[in-house]
Amino acid sequence: MEPLTVTICAGTACTVMDGTGLLLLEDQLPEGLRGRVRVRGARCLDHCREGRGLEAPYVLIGDELMGRATVAKVVARLEERLG
Amino acid sequence: MPNETQTSRLRRELMVHLARGIQEGTLAERVDRLPLELRPRHPRPDPLRCCVHSERAILRYRIMALLGFGAEDETDELKPLAAYAREALARRRRDDRLLTVIDEACSACERGRHTVTDACRGCAARPCTLACPKHAIRLEYGRAVIDPAACVNCGKCRDLCAFQAIHKLSAPCERACPAGAIARGEDGKQVIDRARCVACGQCLAKCPFGAVAEVSELVDVAGALARGEALVALLAPALATQFDVSLPHLAGALREAGFQGVVEVAAGADAVARQEAAELVERLEAGEPVLTTSCCPAFTGLVRAKFPALAPRISATPTPLAVAAGLAEARFPGARRVFISPCVAKRREVLEGDGAHHVLTVEELGSLFLARGLEIAACAPVDPDLQASPAGRGFAAAGGVRAAVLAHLAGEAPASEALAGLGPDTQKALRAYASGKGPARFLEGMGCEGGCVSGPCTLADPRLAKRRLGP
Ligand code: SF4
Ligand code: SF4
Ligand code: FES
Repeated sequence: MEPLTVTICAGTACTVMDGTGLLLLEDQLPEGLRGRVRVRGARCLDHCREGRGLEAPYVLIGDELMGRATVAKVVARLEERLG
Repeated sequence: MPNETQTSRLRRELMVHLARGIQEGTLAERVDRLPLELRPRHPRPDPLRCCVHSERAILRYRIMALLGFGAEDETDELKPLAAYAREALARRRRDDRLLTVIDEACSACERGRHTVTDACRGCAARPCTLACPKHAIRLEYGRAVIDPAACVNCGKCRDLCAFQAIHKLSAPCERACPAGAIARGEDGKQVIDRARCVACGQCLAKCPFGAVAEVSELVDVAGALARGEALVALLAPALATQFDVSLPHLAGALREAGFQGVVEVAAGADAVARQEAAELVERLEAGEPVLTTSCCPAFTGLVRAKFPALAPRISATPTPLAVAAGLAEARFPGARRVFISPCVAKRREVLEGDGAHHVLTVEELGSLFLARGLEIAACAPVDPDLQASPAGRGFAAAGGVRAAVLAHLAGEAPASEALAGLGPDTQKALRAYASGKGPARFLEGMGCEGGCVSGPCTLADPRLAKRRLGP
């Protein structure tokens, strides 16, 4: 199966709202998810206008958007989706 | 500090609200409603405290700190935040308080108390009861119990228990403070002894209740920007690692935010490395045993406070900030200089007169950008007005200062050591140097583990910041 793409926003709002730890997601994936997820960083995903930036950081899991993302939340969602 | 905690997130949200209020000219008008807006009675967003009233009260003190006032300085609980905001917007210089303890937020964590945990097996040997000089331990229902009134916290019982069943509880801020400067006062709330504090910011970083707050200059700087005053930004070397952008983009964003000029403090670091190398050669030749770096005020502060015998070995070379401030003054005469800092310690250096007028932390700068809806990468890139070399930028990470200084030496380099963080290991090493038994002749000292890239007021995950800095 094609790996699932996780896109992490590295834009300004997402950086300010504590999103940079997510850019290290790859190193923090549990064994079972390794190789099944492709992590990439992106310039501003353009969602930060909503809530005027206060809902950042944003992550796209496939094309599903997650606001106020944390490493734990993203991993939990990946486990739900990939089992 | 980048570790996805509720307290750091909250702090940044507040900064953004305040910065936005200043920019839109509605700060005084809106600020009193902010605690109510952020903690509405219905529906309640994820409660962090016992009740909405306590949350609002704490928010009020956090906002006071961001407006540049200490919670301790409150004389009238009914004084509206709007009044503080107006005062803040009108002043030219804030007072010299760096940190404030919000007593409402402080959970009055246990202080240095010994307690017996479930691991106690009520063993037959009972070394704890025998070792206790105060006879404070008895066996009850097959388990040791310590009488808190009698216990003097000597820790003898803890050392002897074969099951490691006895623990010392201590407040995280007290444990984190290398200077012994924060402790429970008479009324149970934590108090910072300002004479002992080295401004490392560890209490701020480690308190799980976010009860220690920085007394900020956000309003002073954002207000000056909004009024269109001439300001020049002095970027700490660590700044280059904080956003996922090139330095020219960051400089462009600062220009767009209203700064007239942008100076890399690492340009000062280049000069410092050269001068410190010359000083090192000279002083070792004169027979001195060791020379330590002088750039980190938390480190030099701790040396002066706790290892005075080593204090004469601190380099006399000025800090990169002091040098860069001089360069900035020549280039932008009359402009107010704003140092953009990864830490609290540099704020102390500036307050003590090292050439800048204001300090804005990296966190606060980020909030300012966010409040303006500014995307750094989308700003037109401009070169900083004063630029540094990679070696100067290397001052941002532990080991970088040592490398930059040694690179200026001809011939064989003297033995050197880099200490980062002010915890027990560093203090043990410093004790050795203070008694003339240190292994190295050149000593780099940084207050933060990992160096400035892990400063308590940064945004980027330190591992990422280190990677961005390059090898
Ligand atoms: S800033 Fe550092 S020295 Fe000062 S009280 Fe906090 S932990 Fe102690
Ligand atoms: S190591 Fe850097 S960030 Fe940490 S206290 Fe010293 S100057 Fe500040
Ligand atoms: S900065 Fe992340 S969505 Fe804009």
